[in-house]
Amino acid sequence: MADLKKIIEGLHPLERKTLPALAGCSSLPDITAKTKLKEVEVMRALQWLENKGILKIKKGLKEVVVLDKNGKEYLEKGLPEKRVLKALTKGDILLGDVVKKAGIEPGEFNVSLGVLKKKAAILIDGKTVKITEPGKKFLEKESFEEKLLKKLSEREVELKELKDEEKFAFDNLSKRKQIIKSSLLKLVGIELTELGKKAANEKISEGKTADRLTASMLKTGAWKGKTFRRYDVKINVPEITGAKRHFISQAVEYIRKIWIEMGFKEMKGSLVQTAFWDLDALFVPQDHPARQMQDTYYLKDPAAGKLPSPLWKKVKEVHENGGDTGSKGWGGKWSEEAAKQNLLRTHTTVLSAQTISALKESDLPAKFFSVAKVFRNEALDWKHLFELTQVEGIVVDPKANMKYLKGYLKEFFAKMGYPDVRIRPGHFPYTEPSAEVDVLHPEKNEWIELGGSGIFRPEVVKPLLGIEVPVLAWGLGMERTVSEYFKINDIRELYKNDLRQIRNMKTWMR
Amino acid sequence: MPSIKINKEVVEKLVGKKVPIDQLKDRISMLGTDLEGIEGNEISVEIFPNRPDLLSEQGLARALSSFIGAKTGLRKYRVGKSGEKVIIDKSVKDVRPFTACAIVKGLKFDDEKIKEIIQIQEKLHVTYGRNRKKCAIGVYPYEKIKPPIKFIAKKPGEIKFQPLEAFKEMTGLQILSQHPTGREYGYLLEGKDKFPIFVDSTNQVLSMPPIINSEQTGKITEKTTDVFVECSGFDFDVLHKCLNIIAAALADMGGKIYSMELSYPDRKVTTPNLEPVPMKFDTKYISRIIGVDFKESEIKKYLEMMGYGYEKGKALVPAYRADVMHPIDLAEDICIAYGYENLKEEIPKVATNAEEDKFYVFKDRIANIFVGLGILEVKTYHLTSKENQTKKMKSDISVIELANPNSKEYHVLRAWIIPSLMEVLAGNKHNEYPQHIFDIGTIFKKGKTDTGVEEADRLGVVLCNEKADFTEIKQVLDYLMKMLDVKYEIEETDNSSFIPGRAGRISVKGKNVAYVGEINPEVLTSWEMQMPVAALEINLTDLFEAIKK
Repeated sequence: MADLKKIIEGLHPLERKTLPALAGCSSLPDITAKTKLKEVEVMRALQWLENKGILKIKKGLKEVVVLDKNGKEYLEKGLPEKRVLKALTKGDILLGDVVKKAGIEPGEFNVSLGVLKKKAAILIDGKTVKITEPGKKFLEKESFEEKLLKKLSEREVELKELKDEEKFAFDNLSKRKQIIKSSLLKLVGIELTELGKKAANEKISEGKTADRLTASMLKTGAWKGKTFRRYDVKINVPEITGAKRHFISQAVEYIRKIWIEMGFKEMKGSLVQTAFWDLDALFVPQDHPARQMQDTYYLKDPAAGKLPSPLWKKVKEVHENGGDTGSKGWGGKWSEEAAKQNLLRTHTTVLSAQTISALKESDLPAKFFSVAKVFRNEALDWKHLFELTQVEGIVVDPKANMKYLKGYLKEFFAKMGYPDVRIRPGHFPYTEPSAEVDVLHPEKNEWIELGGSGIFRPEVVKPLLGIEVPVLAWGLGMERTVSEYFKINDIRELYKNDLRQIRNMKTWMR
Repeated sequence: MPSIKINKEVVEKLVGKKVPIDQLKDRISMLGTDLEGIEGNEISVEIFPNRPDLLSEQGLARALSSFIGAKTGLRKYRVGKSGEKVIIDKSVKDVRPFTACAIVKGLKFDDEKIKEIIQIQEKLHVTYGRNRKKCAIGVYPYEKIKPPIKFIAKKPGEIKFQPLEAFKEMTGLQILSQHPTGREYGYLLEGKDKFPIFVDSTNQVLSMPPIINSEQTGKITEKTTDVFVECSGFDFDVLHKCLNIIAAALADMGGKIYSMELSYPDRKVTTPNLEPVPMKFDTKYISRIIGVDFKESEIKKYLEMMGYGYEKGKALVPAYRADVMHPIDLAEDICIAYGYENLKEEIPKVATNAEEDKFYVFKDRIANIFVGLGILEVKTYHLTSKENQTKKMKSDISVIELANPNSKEYHVLRAWIIPSLMEVLAGNKHNEYPQHIFDIGTIFKKGKTDTGVEEADRLGVVLCNEKADFTEIKQVLDYLMKMLDVKYEIEETDNSSFIPGRAGRISVKGKNVAYVGEINPEVLTSWEMQMPVAALEINLTDLFEAIKK
């Protein structure tokens, strides 16, 4: 009983009106009529009551026959064939005058004559139409068709309820234009549960329950003595979305924090760089394929920038003959012009080079990172972007070695959700040893390549820093892991700026 | 990166023993090559550009057999003296000044081996040879050639021979304009008065490098047993290295290498020279870089696993290795032999001070202020189209263009950020309003920097809803300035992107830092927008500087 009381206290005004009507009524139209509510309101109330275990809604489909446009008209004016017959009782009519004299539509002429001929109700003598004896009887008698129309005008009839002669009339009329139609209707009925039967007979008091607590109730104290309607706390409420940082920004922020926690300083620098900083200072040979137009975006105007003096001379020497690094260099001639070319930075390793060049021996050991944009001359597709985010890091430390490199990478990726990291031999012109960085995909259980790493070559470090010190370095892609996290398959969706997608995207929770 | 196809059986024969497929897969990855796939007996392996010597079945098998311990240490390649000469005429000096040549005898060619030798040439051309520019390779049936051979440059009209895959004799010029290979590589000889050719003592043309060989004297068949090999280009050391790579591969196929005397106008050189090159190294240096305390004997073992020889304190670098230019390169190979997988990760306990970039922090705080106002962050590209930046905005702002864009949508660097946001709005007409969005990103204009391009980070905000107006956007501006505790001045300004009389220019401490206003309906129409927009663009770089002072 306590349950029932609770339920009744929690009833919504619509439910309050509907519930008493349920004793004795079981179909939607009946309930609607009794409550004087709108059908949608009753439907809502029924659904809520069903959730409360008061009733069960039974849904079915029925095929009903109803009058169509012409059917309604014929009900008033009579069927066109009857009207023709009626006109004929006043005398024979020329074929051409039938429409006018019988007051039917030109479109109804053929059907009418067809029906009448079939019943032998008329006789066509040359161009004249005459009524026959059977015709006169036919006129007086109410046809099956007329009976059906009349019945349908009183109520909708289920197709399967039709008697044989009604079925016959139905078939005839359905062949004709817009007289009757059948349509599928949803059938809603209810059945009260045991609890429902009790509830329907409960007295539902109006005065003591309140729906909302209002400011005026508080002011006047009117809330005292009222019972507040119990809510269904499980109810679905309309969706809202909030403003937020783009999900990429959330990921960038997290990644920055990882490096900051490990004692790294943030690097920054321009997106437009000379080839000198982006490539030459990193000992990328001038005929390296990565410098070609199809890999790197160059600027039309200003097409070239300035070289930093006196650094460029050291870099030139290192390329041509190794300079004072103990290396043989790449050989050949190093071109200043090629180094001056302006480009969109292809990696944030350019920031590492610039950072090292600004360091002094007394600053060591030092660690730097950046999470920033780089550019590749790629056409956009589901796997490729021309703007990407690179996670860059360097450790400038006389004691640095390959084990530390592996240590930093492992620490980072563990925080990114990839506890298994491996490095394997790779090749980059600016690192030696070089290592590809793979992580084990925790669900797919396969290795995925996420970046490059290594120790900067002496040919890179010595011209920039003045001394040879091992510099651990890595450049890792970010978009792949971010896509994985947000379950995005097409990489373009990261920067699609579909507001619905951004509004509904889950928060970065690593 | 280039990849080569190798046959498992051939590799096993060269290695000298059967290798289980899983071991092969793992070893290929850990050797410093990348396994791409296996289909039946055919294995695709990606070769990094620093190891041209691995671009053949023979080269890769050689490296693998040392790496898995089947045949370690330096391979000795004997070079006999052929006594034959190649005379380099001074006329080639301005076209293609150098060549390195060898003869390899006693080869048994079959269909597979002919394909293999073509693969080696092609892969070396594309990679180490930089598409034949740096180095072009020719391999010829020696029995058809009468030495001495001459490397000489002649006027293209005077050069006449039947090139491979042609049915008639052609002149140098005809080859460049009509022959498919000539058309592909013709640019390498463009503008030259004379083209280089190899001819034999009977004046038969062997080839016209770097384009094509002769049909008569430049085609290997199943009857060929001895070959003449030449590499031509601009850097003798590069050519010699390339020749050594090919000679070693041919020797691994069962051939015997013979040297030739190259007679340059000013000197005589003998090639190939397959003697290893000694390189001094310091065990401590190697140990320090890798982080493992190696004994001398361990270093020796690891060097030998990587195909080097060892002599007290020195590595004997095989003559086919093109990438060893500093002891650091030995360190990498020793590290590979030791196994990257065996390195135990460590994080050193060194204290360093972390530091966020102050400007980044500033931008981050501003972004959070906007989020607090219910404005959503979007992320737009730096590259866009000139039309979006100018015509669609009724603006004549100048933008920096890319020299080599690959699409019309993304061919300039943006000069302001509101157009990027307009593009977002235009693409979201089907989504729920109001649409209040912001983005912080870089803009580009010409300036006095080392590159001639000045970059600034700007914040753009657009408010788009039925009632978006000046008041609404100015409230946003006022709130931001209040939160930053900054006083600003505002003046009416003419800006054709905005409704006249509804645009303001904002300055802080006398410096223009922002503009604000209602977007001109003509602009909205050009974006096919049917909702009013009020916009704000702030130069955060300048605002940051102004506040700091």
